[in-house]
Amino acid sequence: MTTGRRIVGALVAAVAVGLGLSAEPAVAQGKVLKIGQIGVMSGPAAAWGLINKYAAQAQTKMVNEDGGFDIGGTKYKVEILSVDDKMDPRVAIAGTERLIYEDGVKYIIGPNVDEDSRAIIPVLAKGGAFNISYGWLRELFSPPSTNTSLGMIAGYQSAPVIYKYLKDTKGIKTLSCLPRNDASGLDSRDNCVAAAKELGLKILSSDSTYEPGTTDFFPVVGRVIKDQPDLLVLSGVAPADAPLLIRAARELGYKGLMSTETAMDAKILTEGAGKGANGYISVGGASTPDIRTPYMERFIKEYEKVAGEWNDEAGTKVYALEMILQTLRAAGPEGITNVDAFLKAMPKVEVDNPFVKDKSIKLKWIGDSYFHQTRQVRVPMVVTEFQDGSFKTLFIGTVE
Amino acid sequence: MEQVIVNGAILGMNYALIALGLTLIFAIMGVLNFAHGQMYVLGGFITYYVVSQLGLGFFVGLIASVVVLGLVGLLFERAFFRRVMRTAAREESTMLLAVGTAQLLESVILIVFREKQRSIPAVVSGVYEVFGMYIPAGRAFVFGVAFVALVTFILFMQHTRPGRALRAIAQDREVSTLQGVNIDRYSALGFAIGAGLTGLAGSLLVSIFAVNSGMGTSISIKAFVMVMLGGAGVVSGAIAGAFVLGFSEAAGYAYIPGQVTYLLIFIALIVFLALRPHGIMGKPWG
Repeated sequence: MTTGRRIVGALVAAVAVGLGLSAEPAVAQGKVLKIGQIGVMSGPAAAWGLINKYAAQAQTKMVNEDGGFDIGGTKYKVEILSVDDKMDPRVAIAGTERLIYEDGVKYIIGPNVDEDSRAIIPVLAKGGAFNISYGWLRELFSPPSTNTSLGMIAGYQSAPVIYKYLKDTKGIKTLSCLPRNDASGLDSRDNCVAAAKELGLKILSSDSTYEPGTTDFFPVVGRVIKDQPDLLVLSGVAPADAPLLIRAARELGYKGLMSTETAMDAKILTEGAGKGANGYISVGGASTPDIRTPYMERFIKEYEKVAGEWNDEAGTKVYALEMILQTLRAAGPEGITNVDAFLKAMPKVEVDNPFVKDKSIKLKWIGDSYFHQTRQVRVPMVVTEFQDGSFKTLFIGTVE
Repeated sequence: MEQVIVNGAILGMNYALIALGLTLIFAIMGVLNFAHGQMYVLGGFITYYVVSQLGLGFFVGLIASVVVLGLVGLLFERAFFRRVMRTAAREESTMLLAVGTAQLLESVILIVFREKQRSIPAVVSGVYEVFGMYIPAGRAFVFGVAFVALVTFILFMQHTRPGRALRAIAQDREVSTLQGVNIDRYSALGFAIGAGLTGLAGSLLVSIFAVNSGMGTSISIKAFVMVMLGGAGVVSGAIAGAFVLGFSEAAGYAYIPGQVTYLLIFIALIVFLALRPHGIMGKPWG
C-alpha cells in the first residue's frame, strides 16, 4: 500500500487503534486455535509489541496456507488475537483477562517488559493460561511462577558470552556500560558490570545513564567515552536509541568497540549511524543470510507483506508461536484447553529448528540452570556484527 | 568544559526551535498544544519521506514539512479549536481537545509511517575539532539554519503587520478586537505559524537525530518545561528557557551521574517556579 493511500485510511483506522484490540480475520473453516498476543503497540516502545504481532501474523499466514497445524491428527488453523497493553501493567492485566475470559485464549505471546509480565502472572495462574514473555527478570520464570516462559536470550545470558569473545579475540581489557535510566536498562547495566567483573575486565564507567526520550546523546556519551574504554556497552539499548548513541560516540572521536545484548535492525542502524555503526555487535535471531533456511526466507517475505518491510529484530521473535504449536503437538488435543497438559509436555519437545540451517540447534525448552525449571525457549544466540548495512554472523552460541 | 559549552549551545538552539511554536500558539490562543511533540514528529517523518523515499533534496523536505505542518495547524485551528473555544464554557475543554488531537496525530503517524525509527544522513558530513572541542558539521549546519529561522521569526513578529497583530492578540485579545484586528484570521495564522515552526524543528533535527512515532509526548514535556521556565506565551522567554535547559542538560550529564541529572533539573524547576511562577520573562499579571 502506498503512503498516500495509507494516509487516507489512517484517520479511520486511528479510531480502531484507540480501541486497542485487533484480530486477524477468523479462519472460515475447520478447527481454530486461538493464540493471544499482548504487548506495547503504541507510544515510544510501540516497535517492540508490533514486531511480535507482525511476526505472529506472518507465521500464522504460513501455517494456515499450508493447511493448518496438525495436533493429534487434526489440522488446526491459527488465529492471532492482539491486545495493546500500552506498557501499563493495569492495561496488561485487563488485556490478559479479556484474552482469557472473553476470547477463550490459553496461550499468549508477550508482554514485552518486566513490569507487565510480572503484573499478569496471577491472572495467568487464575485463568489457567500460559505466556511467553519478553521481560528478562529471573523471578518471572522461576518457581513459584509456573505459567510464564522466557521467549528470547536475556542480557544476563548473552553479555558474558559476548565479552568473553571480545576479550579472547580483540583483547579488550576495559569497558564502560551505558544504560537507559529505567528498570530494564539499569538491570542490564548491573548484568554488564557483573559479567565484566567475572571476566576480570576493568569497568571505567557504569554510573552514567540517559533518560527515556532523549534525542541528543552528545552530553552523556561525551562523559562515558572520555576515558576511551576498549568496549562501550549500550546496556539493554532500544533499537531506536542505538544509532544515535553510536553516531554521537563516533562524532566525539571514539574509536573503540561497541556492543549490546539486544536485537537491532540493520536499516535503522544504517539510516541513523551509517558507517559509524560498522563493527557494532548485537544479538540477532535467525535473520542473517548465511544461517537462515528457505522456511525463514519465506517468513521474511510474509513479514514484509504484513509489516511493510523487514525488521531484523523479528528474527528473535519468530520462535514463540512455533514453540507453542510444537508443544501443543507433543501434549495432544488435551493441551489446547488444559495448560497443565502443556506444561507436562514441555520437557518432551525437541524438534528441528525450522529457521536456521544448523540441524544441531534443536528447538526445545531450556532454563533449568537459570530458573530451576524449563521455562525458556531455546533461541540460538546469533551474535552478529554490523558491516556496511547488514549483519554478519560472528558466531552462534547457545544457552542451556 | 569547552565541550560542555558547545553541547549546551547546540542543544539550546535545537530546543529553542522546538519551544517557539508551542509558546506562540499558547500566546495567541491560550491553548497548551499537547500535540506539539506529535507535530514535531510529523515534520521529521515528512522530511524523511521526501528525502529517503522520493529521493528529493533536504531543502525540498524542509519546505514540505513546514508547509504541511502549517496546513495541519490551520486545519486544527479551524476544525477543532475555534469551534470548541466559541462554544465551551470551561477552559478545560480546549485542554482535553489538545490531548485528543495529540492521540489522533500519534495514531495516524504510527499507521502511515509505521513503527520504525527514521533518520536521514546529515546534510553536511564531517566533524570539526576546534581547541579540543568536537563540533559535527551536521550540528553546526542545523545550528546555523535554526539561528536564521529564529532571527527571521523575531523580525517578522516585530516589523510586519501580521506580526504586530499577533503580538497584540497575545497581549489582549479583547482590546485587539476593538482595535479592528481580525481575531479569527490571525488566530489561524498564529496556529499555522506555530505548527510550521514545529515542522521546521522536526525537519532540521531528523538530520542529526531521528524520529519515531512514539516520541511525541517526551518532546512535548520538554517543550512545556522550556516554556514554563521562560514564561508561558513569551517568545524571548521560550528561547531563554530552551538555552537554560540545554546548558543544564549538557552540564548535568558531564558532571553529575546520569541517573539524577533530570531529577535535579525537575527539582530546580519546581523550586524556581515556586519562587517565580511566571518564569524568567513572563509577567506576573499573565
